[in-house]
Order: sequence, then structure tokens, then C-alpha cells
Amino acid sequence: MALLEVRHLVKHFVRRQGLWRPPSVIRAVDDVSFAIEEGEMFGLVGESGSGKSTTGRCILRLIEPTSGEVLFRGENVLAFSRARMRRARRDMQIVFQDPYSSLNPRMRAGAIVEEPLIIHRLGSSAERRERVAELFALVGLDTGHLARYPHEFSGGQRQRIGIARALALNPALVIADEAVSALDVSIQAQVVRLMLDLRARLKLTYLFIAHDLRLVEHVCSRVAVMYLGKVVEIGTTGALFTSAAHPYTRALLSAVPVLDPDAPRRRIVLDAGSFDHAAPLREVGPSHWAAVPV
Amino acid sequence: MPDPLLDVQELTVVFGGPHEAVTAVDRVSFQIAAGETLGLVGESGSGKSVTAFSILRLLQPPGRVASGRVVFDGRDLLSLPEREMRAVRGARISLIFQEPMTALNPVMRVGDQIAEALTVHNLASRPQAWKRAVELVDAVHIPDAARRARDYPHQLSGGMRQRVMIAIALACHPPLVIADEPTTALDVTIQAQVLDLLRELRARYNLALLLITHDFGVIAEMADRVAVMRQGRLVEQGPVRQILRAPGHEYTRTLLAAVPGARGPSGPPLD
Repeated sequence: MALLEVRHLVKHFVRRQGLWRPPSVIRAVDDVSFAIEEGEMFGLVGESGSGKSTTGRCILRLIEPTSGEVLFRGENVLAFSRARMRRARRDMQIVFQDPYSSLNPRMRAGAIVEEPLIIHRLGSSAERRERVAELFALVGLDTGHLARYPHEFSGGQRQRIGIARALALNPALVIADEAVSALDVSIQAQVVRLMLDLRARLKLTYLFIAHDLRLVEHVCSRVAVMYLGKVVEIGTTGALFTSAAHPYTRALLSAVPVLDPDAPRRRIVLDAGSFDHAAPLREVGPSHWAAVPV
Repeated sequence: MPDPLLDVQELTVVFGGPHEAVTAVDRVSFQIAAGETLGLVGESGSGKSVTAFSILRLLQPPGRVASGRVVFDGRDLLSLPEREMRAVRGARISLIFQEPMTALNPVMRVGDQIAEALTVHNLASRPQAWKRAVELVDAVHIPDAARRARDYPHQLSGGMRQRVMIAIALACHPPLVIADEPTTALDVTIQAQVLDLLRELRARYNLALLLITHDFGVIAEMADRVAVMRQGRLVEQGPVRQILRAPGHEYTRTLLAAVPGARGPSGPPLD
């Protein structure tokens, strides 16, 4: 059984356009399905507005989806009561993109990491302190800096605080929503190494939401590509990057800058009229599906 | 190099007073020839943007140039009277910013913003400038230029706004354009289009480009030469192929190895 299975997830945002005009519906997530196996680092890629972050938030019910199912260890999270959902969130945590805005600037780093333990009433104050120190060490932060405020840390260190906070409750699944996108490339590499290392040590499963294809190719075992609310292609990283089948995936891959100045540049410009956006996914190779006609 | 277009000599920029000054740019020297693209690469806080702002004398206090020369068109820009400097900015050296939404005026039609670049330097009358603005909107491949020129920035997509920024920068045909992370805020497919556009315009107008970025991928696609900056100092500069294939400095190797998927000379990729 997959650790997480998303089935026919839909999120529509309704935008009112004034008194006399009918409201417009934005199909941010439009019938998205995928499954993540235990211990996997699963990539969800797409550009701004593709619906990848909304998908991540719907899984945790930070945004209530319009319809669909989110099965976590076989149970439909969307049917949970508030109390049951609160307990479930212990197992499913999120790390946000911006380490500057996602940490409370008036709280000390130690308190930020401790907060989930207090909310979920776990441990005595002494036990919590011990756990926070342990988490600090786990993510490579200096336990001497527990009393510092977020602004006293660098971007990479702040993202480590965000990770420590996400790990405080010992989750099984971590949703990393553009968790390293705002960091310098060398810091990015360090944080990604940390995430991979923690996966092995804590048996974590990741949903790695990102727009950087180079990074995803490097760290994820399987990838789903989203375009305008739909998954247009999904498969093992190797299959998807070597034999992309969907025109959007091809355009996306051809746009990635290569480190070789002499590499032939074959830019594929996406012609949105050239494919059927409603086409269902079909198997195009071993463990590889794409929304392309036969 | 015979007579470079821009010759930055031992530029030093400090922030703060005489007693507690922090050196942001430390004796940085580089040259750019006409039509050449120099990639200035480094991480946040390395001083690359401060260098660009110092060249145009747009540095805000407490930042100030402590020493050095910026020779352009045979004159040291740092010692020009402000009035003459204003004639250089935009007309001889222009700047493309990272964030087109904050750099554009939200309450002014984009065509007027392009036209203003010309009228402010007395290079065209208002009707001429508008006509030229529409041509420029077309030159940066925004479809339906005559209508789009009448749009306000919020009516355009992020990629189109960056094209408008490029149109403004090119309005006066400057021989040198400084582009400060011009594609960092854009999606990868839009970034590719903007880089293609810059490449095309560079060839058409024989532009020299000082391209500031943290992305070695962008450098590989665009630059003729690369200068690597770290903590205010240039640690290495040279032709792009040489820097990418055989970086001489340890820091350049580290930066290159950190690029995801890079099978850099310094060893194995992640994981």
C-alpha cells in the first residue's frame, strides 16, 4: 500500500466578478491523482499557477479541496473530523518556501521548534527542551543558538529551523513546498543533502514540490509534471527526463539552461493549441504515463 | 583588449562611516569590450549588485565608493558632475532589474514609460517617442504592439513585463546594458524566452552586456567571459569555457559543483 494516495483531487476557486457578471471558476487543481510509496522522494513540478502548491496544501487540508480523496495509510484524510485531522497532521508536515516569512520573527528559534510539541501536548517542559535540542543537532544547527531570533540566522539556517519544526512530531510524510527555491545554490545543495540524509535516518517520505527541474532530476525517484491544474506526465525520473512524451514536459525540459556553452540549444516552444488538455493519462512506457493521444 | 567600452579599475565600495565601515566591494577590476557579454556571478551578498549600482552611481547612503575608477567612453564616471551622469544613465548605460513589477510605474501606460526614456534625454518629440515605443514593444516580441503599449503593467504577464523593461533599457540604443538577475523571478520557460530575446537584441544592436546572476546555467547560455565574485572580491575571471571546464579557484569549483545535476570537475553529484 502506498503511504499517500491522491485520487481525483479537485480544487476550484470561485472568483466573484461583481454583481451582474457570473462568478468565474479557476480550476487550480483539476482531477489530480498520484501515489507515493513509503521512503520515496516524489517530485511534483510545474510553473507558477500550475496548481502544484495548491495540491500540497489540499493534501494537508490547509486548503479544503472541492472533491477527491487523499488516502494516508489507506484512510481518507478528507473525511476526518477536526480532532482526527489534528492527530493526522502529526504524521504529515510541511516545509514552506520562504524561510523569511514562514517563521514568526518574534519567537526564539527554540520556541519555534517547540511549538508543535506544545500544540499537541507532548512531553513535559523538560522533555520538550531535550527534544528541541535533539532536533537542533539533527538538522545541523548549533544548540547554543536556541535563544536567537530568526533574523539572526542565515537563509539556509532558517530553512533548517523550518525543517526541525516539521520534524518535531516525528512525521512519516514531509511536504517540501519549494523548500530550497529561495536559497543560494550552494546552500540549496546543503539543505537538500540534509533532507536526503534525514530520509534515510528517520525513514521519511517526501513530496518534493519544485519548479527547478535540475534539482528534481537529481533527488527524486519519480516525478509528476503539472500544467494548468492537471498532471500531464508522471513516471520514474529516468524515463521522464530521457523520453518525455508530453509537449509541455518537452518544452519545460528544453528551457532548462545547461552548464555547457557548446551544448546544442534546441528550444521547444509550447504551442498550447497543439495538444488536447483534457486527454487522459495513458501508459507510454514502463512506469511512465502521459496525457497524450495514442 | 584594445580600448574596452567599460573599464572598472580597483573599485572599492564601503557601507557605513569612517570608523565602522564594511567593505562590500573590494578592489574589483574588470573590463567589457563593445558587444561583449561579461557574466558576473556570485551568491547573495557577494557584492555583485552593489558593483552594478556603483557603476551607474545609483548607490544609496550609507554605501559609497571609497576608491577606484569606472572609465566609460574614455571618462571616469565617478568624477562626472551629476548632470552629466544623468545623460549617461539610460542613454549610454541602461539597467534591467530583477523585479519588473516593482521597477515599472504601476499608474503609467507601458508605452509612455518606454517613450519617457527617449523624451527625458531629448532624443525625440512626444509623438515620435510614442511611435518608437510601439516599435520597441514589437521588437521585444510582444504581440499586438500598438494595443499593448496602451496597457498598464498589471495587465501584462511577468514575462511581458520583463520584455517591457528590456524595451525601456534599449530605447536609447545604449552600447552597454547592465542586467541584474533579469530572469531570476521568472518561470523556466519564460526565462528561456527572455534569454533568447536578449541574445537576439544583443546581436542586432551590438550590445555589451554586464549580466549579473547566481545561475551558472544562465552564464553558460549567455556569457563570453565570466567573473566570479565572493565576499566583495573577484576570485577569478576568464573565458566562459575555461571557467566552466577548468575553474582555477576553489570557490568557483564549489559553486559549480552545487549546481544540481552538474557533473563538475570537482567530483560527484549529490546523493
